[in-house]
Amino acid sequence: MEHYLSLITKAVFVENILLAYFLGMCSFLAISKKVDTSIGLGFAVIFVLTITAPTNWAMNKYFLQDGALAWAGFPDVNLSFLNFIVFISVIAAMVQLVEMILDKFSPTLYQSLGIFLPLIAVNCSILGGSLFLVEREYTLLESTVFGFGSGLGWLLAIVSMASIRYRLRYSNVPSHLRGVGITMLLTGLLSIAFMSFGGIQL
Amino acid sequence: MLKFIKNNLDKVRDQFEEGGKFQRFYPLFEATDTILFSTDEKTNSGPHIRDSIDTKRVMILVVLTLIPLYIFGSINIGYQNAVSSNLERGIFGNFLFGLFQILPIIAVTFASGAFWEILFAIARKHTISEGFLVTCALIPLTLPPAIPLWQVAIATSFGIVIGKEIFGGVGMNIFNPALMARVFIFFTYPSNISGDKVWVAGPDGYSGATALSVPASQPGENAVSLLTEFAQFDFSWMNMFWGWIPGSIGESNKLLIILGAIFLSYIKIINWRVIVGAVLGLVGTALITNFFSPYSSNSMFTIPPHYHLVMGSFLFGIVFMATEPVTGCHTDKGRWYYGLIVGSLTVIIRSINPAYPEGVMLSILFANAFAGLIDWFVVQSNIKKRMARYAQ
Repeated sequence: MEHYLSLITKAVFVENILLAYFLGMCSFLAISKKVDTSIGLGFAVIFVLTITAPTNWAMNKYFLQDGALAWAGFPDVNLSFLNFIVFISVIAAMVQLVEMILDKFSPTLYQSLGIFLPLIAVNCSILGGSLFLVEREYTLLESTVFGFGSGLGWLLAIVSMASIRYRLRYSNVPSHLRGVGITMLLTGLLSIAFMSFGGIQL
Repeated sequence: MLKFIKNNLDKVRDQFEEGGKFQRFYPLFEATDTILFSTDEKTNSGPHIRDSIDTKRVMILVVLTLIPLYIFGSINIGYQNAVSSNLERGIFGNFLFGLFQILPIIAVTFASGAFWEILFAIARKHTISEGFLVTCALIPLTLPPAIPLWQVAIATSFGIVIGKEIFGGVGMNIFNPALMARVFIFFTYPSNISGDKVWVAGPDGYSGATALSVPASQPGENAVSLLTEFAQFDFSWMNMFWGWIPGSIGESNKLLIILGAIFLSYIKIINWRVIVGAVLGLVGTALITNFFSPYSSNSMFTIPPHYHLVMGSFLFGIVFMATEPVTGCHTDKGRWYYGLIVGSLTVIIRSINPAYPEGVMLSILFANAFAGLIDWFVVQSNIKKRMARYAQ
């Protein structure tokens, strides 16, 4: 139990997938204008990450890894070069699922997320999460917890950015910096603030 | 004398105003005029508020409360230097030694700060704000006495430009500019602002572990006995409260900081809720770590709350940095949460993060990042409450 708690803490604060690895920047920059919308997108990302992480773990374990196909009688086959394409297709399928669920249960959120909901499929943080769990050789439960934690960290980052941009309405940013420029700078400053956890050993 | 200056200023006024020869430099003229005399902008139509407080006076009052810290800081620098090199010097000699240490730092900070402020004021056609005086007065107090001056210049530029001016100047920034300046040195030139060798302006290579790094480096001991009996300096509670310990220039004397806090909260420039919240957060989290200390070999867990209060720059940070009205929370309820985050995070970073001995600076920046979010939730819950009230 303690091990999983420290895994979550690490994924949320110490190695925040957005502010420490800068994965998932595109939707972070685009959808962080309003707090409501960003909370919605954050939960969608949590959901997708939590279900893709174990699925991709199983994919890797039983199909892709070196010798994974031993159960089917091919102990010498190594399909790990297919990692990216298989992971992406799993993610795309999951995103389709989320899209249908959202359309059914929360049409307003579905409308406000717009094109960025299907684009979660190419959100680097999702693919990044799957690749991390292969690289770090997590178990099934560990990868689920890790996926959930990364999503939570992403949600925290985008929500705080949205609230900062909400404050920026009163600012007088130089005209060339407005929009994405100032958001990029703020992301840097935000990750400085998250450096307070860098170096914690769990 | 004043009349003479006033007359001359009024004589050249047309040249700086719209259509004049030096129209571009109007911000400079306006700043000189309003610092020396009162402003000539008058409100023409109501409502009028009869109050003598304005941004300028707020800023000047904050700077005034910092002056005792500068004086004590100078004396302490001299004292630490005398101790480290086995000299006998009176209090006045100590003061003079320290003054010559910190005057260059102050001069460089104000020069680079004023340069950027004036540049941006002229380029972006806003008036020069006195806010940079406070920022520049705070920056030297957070630095160790032996900091290289070129780093001070770069850090001040970073703090003023990236921390403040790109958002449009005073009152529009997200992160505290003075802390941005310090954090810049902290991450780019860590050897000059952390470790054991930088806190005393003493002979070359003189090294002394600070109060926070003593228990951090020796696991499995009781922190209080480590501090009072085995440390190189006298780290008893009393001595840390009075500030005769090595540290950043302005952080050491806790009494002056507390007096400044009372004064500033009494005239309502800073909000006491942040300070009380931060102290509560610190005490609560410290009690939790004390509770868990038998199960851990980390000596930091054994530091009692009242020691945490006077160690490092916690008080200085929460009084002069966390209470900054712009970057903190803007709602009263939010200020409590904001303070709690700062206080508890400070203990967490001090205790469980081996990378940094002190956590005040980073925890304030972290709380700055989330201040807007706290406000947002407070406002939303208020809206919901009112909706429910009027729904009947």
